[in-house]
Formats: sequence, structure tokens, C-alpha cells
Amino acid sequence: MLKINNLHVQVGDKDILKGLNLEVGPGEVHAIMGPNGSGKSTLGYSLAGRDGYEVTDGSVLFDGQNLLELEAEERAAAGLFLAFQYPVEIPGVNNAYFLRAALNAQRKARGEDEVDSIDFLRAVREQLKALQMDDSLLKRAVNEGFSGGEKKRNEMVQMAVLQPKLAILDETDSGLDIDALKLVAEGVNRLRNDERSFVVITHYQRLLEHLVPDQVHVLSNGRIVESGGRELAERLEQEGYGFLSPEEDAA
Amino acid sequence: MSQTQQQVEQLIQSRYKAGFYTDIESETVGAGLNEDVIAMISAKKEEPAWLLEWRLKAFHHWQTMVGPNWAKLKLPAIDFQKIHYYAAPKQENRPKSLDEVDPKLLETFDKLGVPLHERARLAGVAVDAVFDSVSVGTTFQKELKEAGVIFCSFSEAAREHPDLVREHLGSVVPYRDNYFACLNSAVFSDGSFVYVPKDTRCPMELSTYFRINARDTGQFERTLIIAEPGAEVSYLEGCTAPMRDENQLHAAVVELVAQEKSKIKYSTVQNWYPGDENGKGGIYNFVTKRGDCRGDDSRISWTQVETGSAITWKYPSCVLRGDRSAGEFYSVALTHNHQQADTGTKMIHLGKDTTSKVISKGISCGKSQNSYRGLVRMAKRADNARNYTQCDSLLIGKTCGAHTFPYIESANPTAKIEHEATTSKIGDDQLFYCRSRGMDEEEAVALIVDGFCKEVFKELPMEFAVEAKALLEISLEGAVG
Ligand SMILES: Nc1ncnc2c1ncn2[C@@H]1O[C@H](COP(=O)(O)OP(=O)(O)OP(=O)(O)O)[C@@H](O)[C@H]1O
Ligand SMILES: [Mg+2]
Repeated sequence: MLKINNLHVQVGDKDILKGLNLEVGPGEVHAIMGPNGSGKSTLGYSLAGRDGYEVTDGSVLFDGQNLLELEAEERAAAGLFLAFQYPVEIPGVNNAYFLRAALNAQRKARGEDEVDSIDFLRAVREQLKALQMDDSLLKRAVNEGFSGGEKKRNEMVQMAVLQPKLAILDETDSGLDIDALKLVAEGVNRLRNDERSFVVITHYQRLLEHLVPDQVHVLSNGRIVESGGRELAERLEQEGYGFLSPEEDAA
Repeated sequence: MSQTQQQVEQLIQSRYKAGFYTDIESETVGAGLNEDVIAMISAKKEEPAWLLEWRLKAFHHWQTMVGPNWAKLKLPAIDFQKIHYYAAPKQENRPKSLDEVDPKLLETFDKLGVPLHERARLAGVAVDAVFDSVSVGTTFQKELKEAGVIFCSFSEAAREHPDLVREHLGSVVPYRDNYFACLNSAVFSDGSFVYVPKDTRCPMELSTYFRINARDTGQFERTLIIAEPGAEVSYLEGCTAPMRDENQLHAAVVELVAQEKSKIKYSTVQNWYPGDENGKGGIYNFVTKRGDCRGDDSRISWTQVETGSAITWKYPSCVLRGDRSAGEFYSVALTHNHQQADTGTKMIHLGKDTTSKVISKGISCGKSQNSYRGLVRMAKRADNARNYTQCDSLLIGKTCGAHTFPYIESANPTAKIEHEATTSKIGDDQLFYCRSRGMDEEEAVALIVDGFCKEVFKELPMEFAVEAKALLEISLEGAVG
């Protein structure tokens, strides 16, 4: 599904990703952990195609195609979804309208018909209900005045409606209360199937208890420095990142 | 035409859909302005003698005036002797009904999305269609008459309802008011006239569509709306012109009279040809619009969506004379390429407990300049008057400019004035958020701008809100990237 090879990314004049390798198969869930500022969000933005995140070396294959030559919107239409660590507010733009515009834009790019508005509303309402969000959030402006947790759940509603092939969740669990965390995890689990893959960026292993990742990786200083099973997450939670070899930190 | 040329042509067309020209034989008066020309316009319209006198008084006064230079506009000199002051499609007799109107004219309005013939008329909207200097026809006149509402062209009103016209013409915007209003008073051609009798709610939306067609012709329309005590009316104007390399002058005057407890809602979707991407051609739009809240508890609301014109100079205003009267101004002004807009409002509070609200949204892209200019004046006896002004500017790109010129004058210590202003750039994070969800850049910009204008759009009558939004999207094409 996703194959990242020796990825180098520069933001401004600063090298942030410095030879990152990662392979995620279809239907797999991978967790990425790592200290603040290590480059986790940068990885998400780079994969989603944000301007200013300049790839200076390496390659990324997504679903068999060269991801790096696609525009951000083309990546979305190809089935890549990024749940933002800090979802963006768009004043005056109705939340439901935004989501439908997004879905239709993707469908159009794929040569599909526009979604039927009744089907669309039904699907969105279902997701809202599953995430225990109030219907009124649909009529409000995108993320404007949403609480932190509402913003994160709104990202999950978008994900569920857009049905991506690969979803990158950037700290979707941060700022959620315990019940909301469970709802988000259940939301992800509902979407899981043999095809769809997830990259879950998190600081806490609590989310991973509900999600049960296939692999856990540690990103430090722009590189994956350690990979393992779930037990790696538990160890990190207990010991912190101190056990990472000192030369990695100095690099 | 070569393939690429054709594509370019199509692109331009798509950007300004109203840019076509109707090939119709027209009757114009030779270029230039003098008493004879004015007398001729008046004669063509079969006006009463007092109206010609009024025009001539205005003309003589205009000759003593100089044009305004205080706006933030690069104003090329206008040669008033090169302009034709009257142009009308040739016709034997004045058509008595829409059935007698030249099909070419009906076709033109069809193409502009304003069908006039019975079958295709917009439901619930009566339309007066003005082509160059004359009204082509007015729909639903019979239905309106039954309700006691008069809705007709200004020329017809001067013939059929001279007393009403004489009483109110110039009572809100005197001919001496300003340079362009004075010029208009001398040479005005057609426009609309609305009279809503006491305690009557106009049963449908009224709307006028102004079309400039003839070359080198100025359009000087004049609109007068009178709402008697307790009356209510909602009126909308739209305007377009062919694409031409030469600039054309449009200098209109709109007067609104709101008696006690009456309500007038006036909306504009202004889409005059803005000129090309190099700043060539386009309409010079100099307009004086003013509403007089003459009676207590009266209310006037201006909503404007301005996307067209090379130069826009207009400040729809409210004189809040009656106690507890209320004025509102909602505006979206979008400038692109080399367009210049200097627009805003004046809220003149004279009565006690008067209120006004101003919401202005300016969007600048390309090399355009967009200014908000607003005056709030609280007169001595305007006890407890209140104003709220919110003025937001959105910049797209690095070569445009946004400016705000608020003027506040208060002679009454109990008056409250609030002013908020913001200037923002369209955010990279917002753009990326939209794109990461699958929208392309153009769609994303349109969406963000639409959200920015929401407070104003929701004031427009439904049918026109959709149109305004579509217009904005087209006007934004090529704004980024
Ligand atoms: N535009 C920028 N200019 C310069 N440095 C930047 C820019 N954007 C990000 N960085 C730097 O890149 C580094 C990685 O940032 P990133 O947001 O990817 O970290 P993260 O691993 O997601 O951290 P956190 O756990 O706090 O979310 C940080 O040191 C950050 O300051
Ligand atoms: Mg981060």
C-alpha cells in the first residue's frame, strides 16, 4: 500500500526527515511514536503533499504509483487521507457542505458521479451518531468554535465518509477524553478491512490498546530508529525515549 | 480561428459570460453634451416641461462643478464631449406590451438569464429590463397593479404619474449633490420607478436588469422607490455590458423614500464588464445611492455584491431621519486584475434611537486596489443612536491592496459607535486543508471566499444568492497560482 524509501524532507532551510523508511501493507495498522519535534507531523504533511515540504531525496510508492508527483488533491482522490493534528477552521463554510464538496471533488477526479445528497446526509448522520456528535455540528462552520475533541472527531467523520485507502491519523487521540478515545478507536476499527491501511501517530499506548497495531515504530530525529510489535509501545510508555541510543540523538 | 486562440476566447468568455454584443439597429444621439441634447432626450421620452427645466438647471449647475478627486482611485480624465448620451434600439412606435418588443431584445435578456416572456419568467420576481437608454418592458405589471403597486420604467412614470415623480425626484439626492449625480440629473435616461402604497406589502420581488449594449454610450439610469407608511418592498438590480477595449461611463442615481414604519430592501449584483487582465476596457461606475428613512420606525437595507467595473465609486447611504429608524449596509466587493473599487456607505443619524449596521467584505486579487470608505455621523439630536461597523478585507496574492477609511463624526455623547476591522490573507493552512480533502486550488479559494462573504450573501434574496456565489467563483478564476 505504502512504501517509503530513504525519504528526505526539508522545510524552509531545515532538514527534518533524514532518510526515513517505512512499509505498510494493505489492511495493516502501523503506529508511529516519537519525541516532540522528531518529524511525525512532517511525515504526514509530506505524504499529503503540503507546499513547502520539499522532498530532497527518496521515493514514495502509494498503491503502486509515485505519490510524490501528485498534487495534494490528486493524492486525496487516489485514496490518501490525513487527519490533522490541528484541524483547520474555515469561517462561514458549512461543515456538511464542505464535506460534500470534498467527496464530490474526489469522485469527479475519479470519473464517478456526484453523490446523491440524501445518501450523503444519511451517511454523515450515521457517522455523527457513531461518534456521539451532535447533528448541529453539521450546520456550523468547519471546525469554527469546535472544542478540541470535537475537531478531532470531525476529522474521523470526514475519514469515514471519504473512505480512503490509507489514513494517516496525526495525534487524533490527543485531547480526547477516555470515552471519546474509545469512540474514535471503534470508528477506526469499523473501517478496517483487508485493503485499508492506517498509520497512527500517537504519544500514548492507550489508543493502541483499542486499535492493536501490526507494528510500532519509533521516529526520532527524522528517521525510524526502532520497530517492533505492541510491546514496544508499552516499553516506551514505561521507560520514555531515554533508551534510544545516544548517537541517534546527537545525529 | 486557431485552436489555441479559440481556447483563449472560450476562457475569456467563461470568465465574463455577459460579454456578448447584440447586433441591433440603434438610434443614438451624436456625441457631446449641450442643451439641445438634453432637450432631445426629454422630447424622446415625452416628458412634461417641468422635468426638462429641472434637467437644464442641473446641467447649468454641473458646468460649474469639478469632478471628485478624494477617492483612492487612479482616475483617467473623462472626455464628456466624446460620449453619446442617448442610445435606444430603433422602433417605429413605443411597444405597448412585451409581445411587441423586438425578439432580438428578448433574446438578449434570455441569454443573460432574465427571460421576460410569459412562459419562462422567474416565478415571483417582476422584472424591468433596461437596454441602453430605454426600458424594454416590465413583467407582471398587471399583477402588481392589482396590489396597488406601481412598477414601471422611469420614463413611463414621468408620463403616467408625474405628480409622484415631481414630488420625490431629487428629494433624497438633490441635483447639486455631487458631480456625477448632477450629470445624471441632466441626462438621465431610463431606470425604474416603484411606488408601494400605504400598508401594502409588495407581493413579489421587484428587479431591474440594466444592460449597456451600444458603443461609446454612457448609461445614466435613475431609480426612484417610494414606500408609503407601513409599506414593504424588496428590490434587486443586476447589470452587465459587452466586453470592449474602450471604457464606458455609467453614472446612476438611486433614491429611496421610506415613510413611517415602511421597509425597503435594495440589493445589487453588479457585474459590469471589468476590463481585461491587462486593465484594458471596462465600465467606470460612478453611482450615487441614497435612502431617506423619512418616517419614524422606517428601515432601509442595502446589500451589494460588486464584482464588475474597471472603477467603482459608490457609497449607498442611509439618512436616518425618523426616530427609531434603521439602516443597514451589507457589501461584498471583489476586485481582480487592474480593477479599482472605492466603496462603502454613509450612515447619517438624525433621529433618536436610530440604529445602523455595516458589514463590508472586500476581496482583492491580482493587481487590484480595494478600498472601504465609510462615514458614520451622529447628529446633535440623535440621542442613543447606535452604529456597528465590521469591515473585513481578504487578500489573495501579493500584488493587490486593501484599504479602509472609516470616518466617524459624533455630536451627541449618548451615541454609541463600534468599529471592527480585519485584514487577512487567504491562509495556506486553509488552502491545504481543502486540497488534502480533494478540492483543487480554485475550488478551495472559491469555498473560502464564499465562507468569508457568508454574512452578506445570506441577506440576498434566495435566487440571487446562488447567482452571486456563481459570479464570485467566475470572478476568482485565475486569482491564485
Ligand atoms: N515551517 C517550518 N520551519 C522551520 N522548522 C519547522 C517548520 N515546520 C516544522 N518545523 C520543525 O520541524 C521539526 C519537526 O516538526 P513536526 O511537527 O514534524 O514534529 P512532531 O514529531 O509532529 O512533533 P509533536 O509530537 O510535537 O507533534 C520541529 O523541530 C519543528 O520546529
Ligand atoms: Mg506533530
